[in-house]
Amino acid sequence: MEISIMTALNQGLMWGILAIGVFVSFKVLDFADMTCEGSIAMGGAITAITLQAGLHPLLAVLFSLLGGAGAGLITGLLHTKLKIPPILSGILTMTALYSINLRIMQDRASITMLNVKTLTSGLTDALVGSGLPYKYGVQVSNMIIALIFVGLVIGVIYWFFGTEFGCTIRATGMNPKMCRAQGINTNTTIIVGLMISNALIALAGCLISQMQFNTTVSMGTGAIVIGLASIIIGEAMTGKKFSFWAKLAMLVVGSIIYRLVITLILMIPGFNTNDLKLLTAIIVAIALAIPAIKGGAKPLIQKFIGKKGGNENA
Amino acid sequence: MLKITGISKTFNQGTINEKVALNDLSITINDGDFITVIGGNGAGKSTLLNAICGTISVENGTIELDGKDITHLKEAKRAKYLGRVFQDPMMGTCADMSVEENLALAVRRGKQRTLKWGMPKKDREVYVEELAKLNLGLEERLSNKVGLLSGGQRQAITLLMATLNRPELLLLDEHTAALDPKTAEKVLALTKQIVESGNITTLMITHNMQDAITYGNRLIMMNAGKVIYDVSGEEKKNLTVKALLEKFEEIAPSVVTSDKMVLSAGTKSEEAQDNQNQDSAE
Repeated sequence: MEISIMTALNQGLMWGILAIGVFVSFKVLDFADMTCEGSIAMGGAITAITLQAGLHPLLAVLFSLLGGAGAGLITGLLHTKLKIPPILSGILTMTALYSINLRIMQDRASITMLNVKTLTSGLTDALVGSGLPYKYGVQVSNMIIALIFVGLVIGVIYWFFGTEFGCTIRATGMNPKMCRAQGINTNTTIIVGLMISNALIALAGCLISQMQFNTTVSMGTGAIVIGLASIIIGEAMTGKKFSFWAKLAMLVVGSIIYRLVITLILMIPGFNTNDLKLLTAIIVAIALAIPAIKGGAKPLIQKFIGKKGGNENA
Repeated sequence: MLKITGISKTFNQGTINEKVALNDLSITINDGDFITVIGGNGAGKSTLLNAICGTISVENGTIELDGKDITHLKEAKRAKYLGRVFQDPMMGTCADMSVEENLALAVRRGKQRTLKWGMPKKDREVYVEELAKLNLGLEERLSNKVGLLSGGQRQAITLLMATLNRPELLLLDEHTAALDPKTAEKVLALTKQIVESGNITTLMITHNMQDAITYGNRLIMMNAGKVIYDVSGEEKKNLTVKALLEKFEEIAPSVVTSDKMVLSAGTKSEEAQDNQNQDSAE
């Protein structure tokens, strides 16, 4: 029980980085970027190969960031230079990445990373050496590493979007016409924004695969929906006065809550992990439908409580 | 000095919707000019502005700014020299950003945008000082989201954003058309104040003939993608709405009876005189 809760927390933290990445493209840039599903798997693929080659795990992180940024660059170029609509640009890159990821993984659909040095292995060994049972040692070290990376990502993203250049990316998502009038090259800002978004998503893939000692070419399926679920949950808990870094932190909290909810549901007899994506889709659909449900239910509610007129401002 | 030589633009060329928006248009805008532009719907006023900004590319002709050919310069690059205010008050600012953030974006127009902090505290004093000049109390709302402000306030901020870095040319595209009459008057007065205090070369499209006469030192009338009337100095000062309408009728008789320009002057051509009196009374 406590192990599954700990796993959920760790998963939530790592997938929280993906949520921040999806947030950057979907919310900050207002660009519905589907590249995500390919770039997270790319992060996993790059990591598996790098670690199997015996290279330092931090190099796997670096290569994943670069790979993700490259994927974002392609989507950005497809959209800005070739004028392909955002969704289609992302789908094209995502589709291409499936083959590319298989190539990176040397034509294997799944790689298990046992007996390789990962970001957490050193820490795990130390913890186990100090007397902690292995199954806890793995989770605790995962959590420490995950917290460090989440903190770093929130810090860097907060700083970046506060800089002169970062501000132009935020403005591009809000009002591209105004940006061009203010001398901002919106093609550049869109491309850089997508590169950052996908670099983060690939980083999430890198960390997740290290944590699970395994990566598959299809690990990205449904990643966008998971990211959106985390964003929706996170934003629901975000107050108006929250500063930007707090909003980013709430995305990670959203991601953790999502994982906990899923974990709890899967504990109900009759459910198994294969139902995960279905449950995710249902959660997101419900969350997205809340405004419509509220609006649709209002006349009914009014009918029951016998109020006439109702609140016209609502 | 902006020198436009023989620019043309046709939309939907070769289709049934073909529309000549600019037809071999030439005009020289001298430094210090405050030009008002009038003309009916589809006369090419906005297209002219968009061509100057680089939002659309022209088919032939050249646009030179201070002797430098900017005909093929990208829109974002050109923005270095140009300040712009749009008709839609929502268009010129970022609603989800604070007043300060919007101004911080504008103050770097034409400059390299680096990884330095985007809203340095030392700039704040400048913003407060500039906002205070608008006399709208905005200097106390620096951290408010622009989306919370009224259309007039947003337009005033856009105006400030366009001129915070003194532009070579200020382009105003019916920037008071979407405002209520009182606010429009206020924003126009602000425009005059900013343009005169900074001695900014300005091109202002308006659909209000009286405004076109009242403001600026030069007036041009456009029709079918050409400048059909260009008047300045004393001659412009002595213009009346009636004389302007007659002029328009004389030059482009086919448009007058059906056109928005006529209607928005508050008049039909036969009633021009009565309304002109009314206009001047206002």
